[in-house]
Amino acid sequence: MTTETTPSYTASELLAVMSGRILTDGQVVFAGVGIPLLAATLAQRLHGPGLTILFEGGTIGAFVKPGELPPSTNEQRCTRRANMLLGSTDVLLLLQRGYVDVGFMGGAQIDQYGNLNSSYIGDPDNPTTRLPGTGGGNDISSLTQMIVAMKHEKRRFVETVDFVTSPGFLRGRTSRRDSGLVAGGMHRVVTDLAILGFDEEARRMKVLALHPGVTADQVQENTGFELLIDPQVRVTEPPTEKELAVLRHLDPDRLYIA
Amino acid sequence: MTQTYLELRRKTEERDRSLHEKVVSLEEAAKLIKDGETLGIGGSTLSRTPMAMIWALIRAGRKNLSCSRSIVSSEGELLFASGASDHILTSWFSQGIVWGVSKVMRHYTESRKARFEEWSHMAVGLRFRAGAMGVPFLPMRSMLGSDVIRRLEDVREVDCPFTGEKVVLVPALNPEVAIIHVQRCDPYGNAQMDGLSFMDIDLAMAANRVILTTERIVTNEQIRRAPDQTKIPFFAVEAVVEVPFGCAPHECYGVYEPLFKHLDSYAAAIKKDPEAAMKQYLDRYFHGPKSWTEYLELLGLEELLDAARRGRSIYDD
Repeated sequence: MTTETTPSYTASELLAVMSGRILTDGQVVFAGVGIPLLAATLAQRLHGPGLTILFEGGTIGAFVKPGELPPSTNEQRCTRRANMLLGSTDVLLLLQRGYVDVGFMGGAQIDQYGNLNSSYIGDPDNPTTRLPGTGGGNDISSLTQMIVAMKHEKRRFVETVDFVTSPGFLRGRTSRRDSGLVAGGMHRVVTDLAILGFDEEARRMKVLALHPGVTADQVQENTGFELLIDPQVRVTEPPTEKELAVLRHLDPDRLYIA
Repeated sequence: MTQTYLELRRKTEERDRSLHEKVVSLEEAAKLIKDGETLGIGGSTLSRTPMAMIWALIRAGRKNLSCSRSIVSSEGELLFASGASDHILTSWFSQGIVWGVSKVMRHYTESRKARFEEWSHMAVGLRFRAGAMGVPFLPMRSMLGSDVIRRLEDVREVDCPFTGEKVVLVPALNPEVAIIHVQRCDPYGNAQMDGLSFMDIDLAMAANRVILTTERIVTNEQIRRAPDQTKIPFFAVEAVVEVPFGCAPHECYGVYEPLFKHLDSYAAAIKKDPEAAMKQYLDRYFHGPKSWTEYLELLGLEELLDAARRGRSIYDD
């Protein structure tokens, strides 16, 4: 790759490129709307022509048309060139049956164990903000391996979420399995600063790689809890001209990549 | 609101299940739904929303409907702001991510004027499915360990009697009435849906009564030429209303896409002052027009044609 001069990109573009790279050809990915849908489509157009994208509206094998991104994963734009359309309940049941390799979502608030909150900011009985809720998020994160793509901000990376909408490793250690969630779990959290995973024992969030020009201190400063740092922490390759070109072709109106 | 199995069966058995015509007007259909009833809403988010039926219910001054839907968008805002509903059971409630978190949903739920009861998407689906199956509950493996389940009363965590595994039992949901919009049906209510069916087949079979709105009414002969395309059987249906563009400004698969410009201006207006802006919107678009056709005129021919062009383009290569 000839990336001597680094092209410029926005935080959302960085998120889409970095999270898309994690998906591998041949996988079955259950993608949420926004950056996940875009990143999965990017992966499909670049390195994963055999990637099967599922949407909770009922689509199996989506092939979204450039410039026609859907406003949610429930509109006709999600179905173009798909292999099959199912009812929403039946597509969600594929997660429970074990057909899905990876779930891929955005997040409003996450904690050190990868629990996601998209329901309430503040006390659920008297919230400062009522958020839109789980949608399929709880089902996806309960039943498969998860990738989360989100902006890295201190107010979003909190020690304990106000409300566990979509379970990560709950209270760490074996608490997820003990609660009855025997499959799946948080795999990666991709942000505009770093790629994070989870420690095998404690199940706490750990920095695995830093994006170009980002320091570990900077990641810690933007996180509301103490992060573990992988001793072999890597530096990611910056987005290439090609990745950015395909991404911008997919979302020319910048519907998702603000 | 829980009804016993025998009550549920009795309501079905007492219904006229013969093959008979049941075409009515939007206004007549609205009279079939009473204040305070449980109402299942077909479609999901911006898709196949039975907007014309909701429009008619709001115009008729319905109150305190207890609604359920897989995912709720702006129709939920309209139901809350008009007072037609004070309780919505769903998995997700906002206009759509491209418009940010709904100020209207926030206003009504945070001030406790209305309730948003949150279940996981699969839980909503399995509740309708249990209702359709005539069983009291179904087991599932999500929601365990989360706070979503902690805030719900009608749910049980049990050990499976066969394997000992932890499972969640979700109860059947049998709405008194379901309102569903389809691309076409015959005068008897044999309904054909194109594209995504969401939870509508389970919803139709779970509900005690179904009111269909349809883009067009076709003959029973046409239905009989392709019975494999029929997704809701006539005997589940109580009334049929023909309403072209019956989901506008939302979409109807293969017929029209959402009216994005209208939805953008709606979203911009309600950001400032949710309650006042919603009153203004309801006055202008819901109470103002004399008919559904006049409502469509307000939405504008240019936008309707553009939405129709985009809608039909799903069948283009």
